[in-house]
Amino acid sequence: MSVGIVGYGSYIPRRRIKLEEIAKVWGADAPSFKRGLQLHEKSVPGKDEDTITMAVEAGRRALIRSGGIDPATIGAMYIGSESHPYAVKPSGTVVAEALGITPQAHVGDLEFACKAGTESMYLAHSLVKAGEVRYAFGIGADTSQGAPGNALEYSTAAGAAAFIFGSDPERMLAEVVETYSWTTDTPDFWRRSYMHYPRHGSRYTGEPAYFRHVMNSAKGILEKAGLKPEDLAFAVFHQPNGKFPLRVGKRLGFTMEQMEPGWLSPWLGNTYSGASPIGTTAVFDVARPGDLVLLTSFGSGAGSDSFIFRMTDRITEVQNLAPLTRMQLDNNKIYIDYGTYAKLRGKIRMGE
Amino acid sequence: MESPARSWREYPQRYRLEAAKCTKCGKVLYPPRVVCPACHGREFETVTLPRDGHVVAPTVVRVPPTGFEEETPLPIAVVELSNGVRLMVQVADMADPMELKIGDPVHLEFRKIQQDGEAGLLFYGHKAVRD
Ligand SMILES: [Zn+2]
Repeated sequence: MSVGIVGYGSYIPRRRIKLEEIAKVWGADAPSFKRGLQLHEKSVPGKDEDTITMAVEAGRRALIRSGGIDPATIGAMYIGSESHPYAVKPSGTVVAEALGITPQAHVGDLEFACKAGTESMYLAHSLVKAGEVRYAFGIGADTSQGAPGNALEYSTAAGAAAFIFGSDPERMLAEVVETYSWTTDTPDFWRRSYMHYPRHGSRYTGEPAYFRHVMNSAKGILEKAGLKPEDLAFAVFHQPNGKFPLRVGKRLGFTMEQMEPGWLSPWLGNTYSGASPIGTTAVFDVARPGDLVLLTSFGSGAGSDSFIFRMTDRITEVQNLAPLTRMQLDNNKIYIDYGTYAKLRGKIRMGE
Repeated sequence: MESPARSWREYPQRYRLEAAKCTKCGKVLYPPRVVCPACHGREFETVTLPRDGHVVAPTVVRVPPTGFEEETPLPIAVVELSNGVRLMVQVADMADPMELKIGDPVHLEFRKIQQDGEAGLLFYGHKAVRD
C-alpha cells in the first residue's frame, strides 16, 4: 500500500514589514543585513491571527484540494508550533473542532523549534502507513517572535501549511517515497518557560546545528532512496533566512532551478514550524506528475526530518482549487511601520 | 467578557458556521433558533454556511468596547453570503477601514475575535476579509 499526501494548503498573513523599517529603529545598516541574510521583508500576523487561526485556514484549503474528504473520517491531527497561543490547552482541539474532525480523532500539539511542522507530518504519515487511521492531518504553523533589536527580529514571521495523509490511490497527489530523520542534542537555540523571547548560541548556530543536521538528513534520505540530487525536480530546505537554504543546497549538489520554487524566505521571513512545509506547498503548486521533491526541515536543539515525494497525475487537477502559496506571498500585501508592528506583536505594554 | 460555557455551547456556529435550516419552509437561520420566525416551524436540519459573500452595510466603530482598544478604528459590516443569509461581522485586514464599500466581495476567515485579558480564554470565530 502506498501512502502519501491527498490534500495540502497554506496560509500567509497579508501584513508585511520591510527589513529597512526594522533596521531604521535600531540604527542597524539595512543594506548589509539584506546582503548578509538575503532578507527583504517578512510576514506579520494581525492581532486576530495566530497559530490556531492560520492552521484552520491552511487546513480548510487542504480539505478543498482533497476533493471532498469527509472531515469526520480523519482519524488524527497533529499541529507543530513553537507559538501555541496557550501555554496549557492544546491548539489542536480548536483546529480539529473548526475543521469538523472531532470527536473521534487523536489530536496533539507538537513542539521542536522549527521542525515541529515536519514532525506532525512524520507522525501523520506513519499512522496512515500503519493502518491505524484512514486519513491524518500534519500541520506546521507559527507566529514567531524575536526580541526587539535582536537579529532574529529581522526574520521571525508567520504562516502555516497543512497536509492530509492518506492511502486511497484516487485521491493521492504526492506519494511518500521515503522518510528519514537525523537528531542530536545540540544547544543552539532555546527559550525557557515564562520567557517571551528565545536565546541562541550566536555564531555557534550555523555549522554544527543547521548545516550539519540538514546535510546529514538530506544525504541520509537520498542514500536510503538510492537517489542523486539530479534525480530530484525540486528541493526545499528549512529557511531561517534567505542565505542558509541556498548555501546548504549548493553544498549538497542542488541547483538554483531545483531550489528557487520553494525558496520563500527572502520575502516571507522564517515561519519556523511553517517554513519548509510552506516552501513545499509552493513547490506542489508548480510540480508536474512524476516529479520527485525533497523536503528537509531543521529544528534547533537539534534535528532534521526529510521526505521524498513523487507527484502523481492528480497534482495538476488540484493546484488551482485553493489559493496558491506564491500568490499569497506576492499579492494583497499590507505594509506596516515599526510602531504598528510593535503594537500588533504585543511589544507595547498597555495601561492596566 | 462572556462566559466560557456560553462560548463553548456556540462552537458549532462560531467555528464551523453551522446554521439551522427550517425543514418546513427552508429558511436558513444564523445563529440557529428554536422557532422559525418565518413559519413558526420547530424542526431544523444543520447546514454549513458558504464563506463567500458581499458587504451590504459597512460601518466603522471609533469608540471601542472593552477589549478592542488596540483594534480601533474597528470596521464592522453586515455581510450577505452567497446563499442569502446576512450576518454582522468584524472586517479584518483593512489598512484603511474607510475603504470598505457596499458591494465589496468578501469571504469569511477563521480569526481570533476576543481575548479575556492576559490570562483568560481566547475566543475564536469568523471575520470577513475583502477578496
Ligand atoms: Zn420555517
